Amino acid sequence: MNVRLYVWQRATAAVMAPLVVVHIAIIFYASRQGMSAADVLARTRGSIAWAAFYALFVLAVSIHASIGVRNILTEWSPLPERRADACAVFFGLVLAVLGLRAVAAVVLP
Amino acid sequence: MIGRELKHRGSALWLAAILHRISGLALAIFLPFHFLVLGLAINGEGRLENFLCWTDQPLVKVAEIGLVFLFTTHLLGGLRILVIENFAWREGQKQLATLAAALSAIVAFAFLVRVF
Amino acid sequence: MNSELSVSLWRGAQDGRYETYRVPQRQTQTVLDVVTFVQRHIDPTLSYRFACRVGVCGSCAMTVNGKPRWTCRTHVAKVAAGGRLEIGPLANLPVIKDLATDMRLFFEKWQQAKGAFVPTKTRHDAIAQIKPDTPARQAADAAIECINCGVCYAACDSVRWNSNYLGPAALTRVWTLINDARDGGNSARLQAIAGDGGCHACHSHQSCQELCPQALNPTAAIAALKRRTAMAYLNGEITP
Repeated sequence: MNVRLYVWQRATAAVMAPLVVVHIAIIFYASRQGMSAADVLARTRGSIAWAAFYALFVLAVSIHASIGVRNILTEWSPLPERRADACAVFFGLVLAVLGLRAVAAVVLP
Repeated sequence: MIGRELKHRGSALWLAAILHRISGLALAIFLPFHFLVLGLAINGEGRLENFLCWTDQPLVKVAEIGLVFLFTTHLLGGLRILVIENFAWREGQKQLATLAAALSAIVAFAFLVRVF
Repeated sequence: MNSELSVSLWRGAQDGRYETYRVPQRQTQTVLDVVTFVQRHIDPTLSYRFACRVGVCGSCAMTVNGKPRWTCRTHVAKVAAGGRLEIGPLANLPVIKDLATDMRLFFEKWQQAKGAFVPTKTRHDAIAQIKPDTPARQAADAAIECINCGVCYAACDSVRWNSNYLGPAALTRVWTLINDARDGGNSARLQAIAGDGGCHACHSHQSCQELCPQALNPTAAIAALKRRTAMAYLNGEITP
């Protein structure tokens, strides 16, 4: 961990804190309403707001989680630092690609 | 290294930090699957709906409750760090950490009540 | 008081083992008294460190029933549940022999962190006027009483998991120097603690703060250093 990674991780954490609260609220709302996939998608399809919300969430979590995973790898695994870096970057990319794909899946009309 | 268990590791704040890390790791493992499931909607709600029917099973619901707990724990653990690092030092952190753990449990329990 | 203590002491170097001794229990007795008894009356080959015996030098720090503490300030009655004590050398440091550790790395990291005062005046200049109630001086004073005992370093999991981590003591000293109006070494210092092994390796477990015998708070000092380095980084003053 160095100052650059630290700044990125804390900044994305701060950005995500309110997003997480909203997401938990959504989880509760959707489960209380007994929403089906069709119900959920009816609300998300064509919505710029949801697209922006979740795209931001995905990008932030891709950065945040990859740095967190990097920390765990360097502190708890025998992997040398370069390897840990590479794994973390790869993981971040996987999250970003799958995540943006998922956002597209639910917001594209 | 001698490798003795160090007793101070039982302290509330150490547990808070470990729970924060473990929950983060668990969420990191969960996320790609979550994204893949949502991606099922790319071809219309059919496949996603089928999957969501599968998730109606009690065991899956229990796992979801666990996820809500992990999610809330990770959020509160992260807030602990952000507060320590950006605001003046405060006393009573152990009590706050215990409270945060209780809050996570309450949120998870509330979710349990909703889904069962 | 007729009972005996069952005392396990670490014997040997890095790969050694615990050996058990029976030591008479006394009314008021410190862990250092116990170790000393073993060395004087049972096994003269036991190696351990101490100096002042009264809690001002920090030399006698050891791991007592799993926690790093000053043995001269640890009353047996407070820690020996059921009359048992387990005493080992400080963790996170190489063991020289028995209860004595090699503290060189601890001090080398102090230097790596640039934890040394850098003067800006000479004897020909007027003496610096430092007001004791300025926020900076108060911050420095709150962290200055470190006597390098190594308890925080031994307690720290980040030290354990990250061999590059400079550790709570070195970083706390850096914090005092950053707040010292007379000192001129801050940019080099911020740079030194902003890389791998710097202050950002701290996860705020707070074992250091809980166990410091001088009641210092390295967690708070390190949190402040994280802010300072982040600001310096965003201002372009340092590079990671």
